[in-house]
Amino acid sequence: MGWLKKPASDTQLTHGDRLWLYVVAAIIMLLLVIPTLIVIPMSFSASQYLEFPPETWSMRWYDVYLESPKWMRATVTSMQVGVLTMLLATPVGTMAAYALFVSGHRAARALFMFLITPMIVPVILIAIGTFYAYGRIGLNNTITGLVLAHSVLAAPLVMIVITSALRNYDLNQERVARSLGATRLKAFFVITLPQIKFSLVTAALLSFLTSFDEVIIAIFVSGGTNATLTKHMFAALRDFIDPTIAAISTIMILVSTTLLLATQFLGAKQK
Amino acid sequence: MNSTTDSDMGSGLLNETLLRRQEKREQRALLSLALPSLLAVIAIIVIPVGWLFYLSFIGDNGQLSLEHYQKMIEYKSYLRTFTTTFQVSLLTTLLCILIGYPLAYFLAILPARVAGFFMLAVLLPFWTSLLVRTYAWLVLLQKNGILNDFGMAAGLWDEPLKLVHNLTGTLIGMAHIMLPFLVLPLYGSMRKIERDMMHAAANLGASPIQAFWKVYFPLSLSGMVAGSLIVFVLCLGFYVTPAVLGGGRVVMVATQITAILENQYNWGAASALGVVLLVATLIILFVASKVLKLDAALFGKH
Repeated sequence: MGWLKKPASDTQLTHGDRLWLYVVAAIIMLLLVIPTLIVIPMSFSASQYLEFPPETWSMRWYDVYLESPKWMRATVTSMQVGVLTMLLATPVGTMAAYALFVSGHRAARALFMFLITPMIVPVILIAIGTFYAYGRIGLNNTITGLVLAHSVLAAPLVMIVITSALRNYDLNQERVARSLGATRLKAFFVITLPQIKFSLVTAALLSFLTSFDEVIIAIFVSGGTNATLTKHMFAALRDFIDPTIAAISTIMILVSTTLLLATQFLGAKQK
Repeated sequence: MNSTTDSDMGSGLLNETLLRRQEKREQRALLSLALPSLLAVIAIIVIPVGWLFYLSFIGDNGQLSLEHYQKMIEYKSYLRTFTTTFQVSLLTTLLCILIGYPLAYFLAILPARVAGFFMLAVLLPFWTSLLVRTYAWLVLLQKNGILNDFGMAAGLWDEPLKLVHNLTGTLIGMAHIMLPFLVLPLYGSMRKIERDMMHAAANLGASPIQAFWKVYFPLSLSGMVAGSLIVFVLCLGFYVTPAVLGGGRVVMVATQITAILENQYNWGAASALGVVLLVATLIILFVASKVLKLDAALFGKH
């Protein structure tokens, strides 16, 4: 255990002096991760009741999920809305980020702050506001309405990711291309885009996940055959504890973990 | 700032005005790229929220009135909602600081590469659906849930503790969900603290504890304040976790808004509550941005 006596800090503490910190941090990290992952083993339980560890294992709850038209329909809706949100929010957010960053206009900073207000306004307010407004124009319970609202939530994230990518990128390269005769559009697509492509993919994944995991707007604005997975899950959580939710949760964890690892990987590449 | 392909540099004043005009035109063309984004925010945020703002001033008889705001002052149930919201937000923020500070500190003293690995413990929950995590806590904390089973098996307590469908459960769930919002900015500000500072403090005779409280802690404050504010503001408008883990006993503003809509379909009253929530959020963020220069952090300098 010589390791404990080694100096660890700039103020001449040893690892031994800091052992308490390591223990506390380990406990906190476990407390963060365990509740996130605990539903995975539970989803494979054969019992009606959620138990840990399960006494008998089965795929029973996955079968219930896969055979339920309601859950399947909701999954398809959530996927559709997520992909469409990604396809809308990524270009729209990227265009805005590029415009505001490159223009250097006086109003650019104020405009940027205005465009990220969807992150600031409490989501419950956006939810009831769109619900009310959509009611007037018949957009409630439609995919279009939900995609629009989710895109507005996701676009600020895209803007932040792309702005930070542009900050690390030398815009003079684009100027060189243009001085050699390329149009701005061509210079962007040929010179800039390939160099920020990893950030672009990260932004796209973030938009998908923003929509896929969104609950509150979906509760209000989606419904009928276009209700999302999260809307049905929320309703189920309020009523009783249904082990099917554990199976669906596991699938959702799988989706977000995959996307998280993808962005970490892309982030490392971008650097 | 835009480049020019003009090779004729010596052609004087006329050319200069032309160039400036061209630059202006191009700047305008560039800014128009932000137009779709702008229109979307106006259509989905400004108009609907503006509409709610208007509705909040329309009384039940259809006339312009302040009755919804008056009710907030007169009725005890509103007062209770505001107190609960404030209390839950404050307690969650304090819990996050208490748990988040040691964690961020631990991550900040590790070599960057190793910290990146342990950071996954913060990022994994951050990226997992909030609904999934709320559900997990429901399962963990319920009467015959894992935590109660474990506690009783270990002889820590004899009867199942009431851990969920109350304030305790709400706080546990919310702290878990909010923690990354505190840890990430705090970690960022801790990473920026130069190690030489601590060397210097030690060199000048400070004990490790003195060096921490006199040098390190004040330097980490900006990140802590920023993170705490984000957590507090997000808590104010929180809906899902209090609704599920509070089991109807923890009525926060967002819960009350939906209850008013579901039970009374009273848009004026619901909107008025929403307006109060928005104004409170904006005031806190405005003060914070003056103190912390949030826009500079997000947008950066040219």
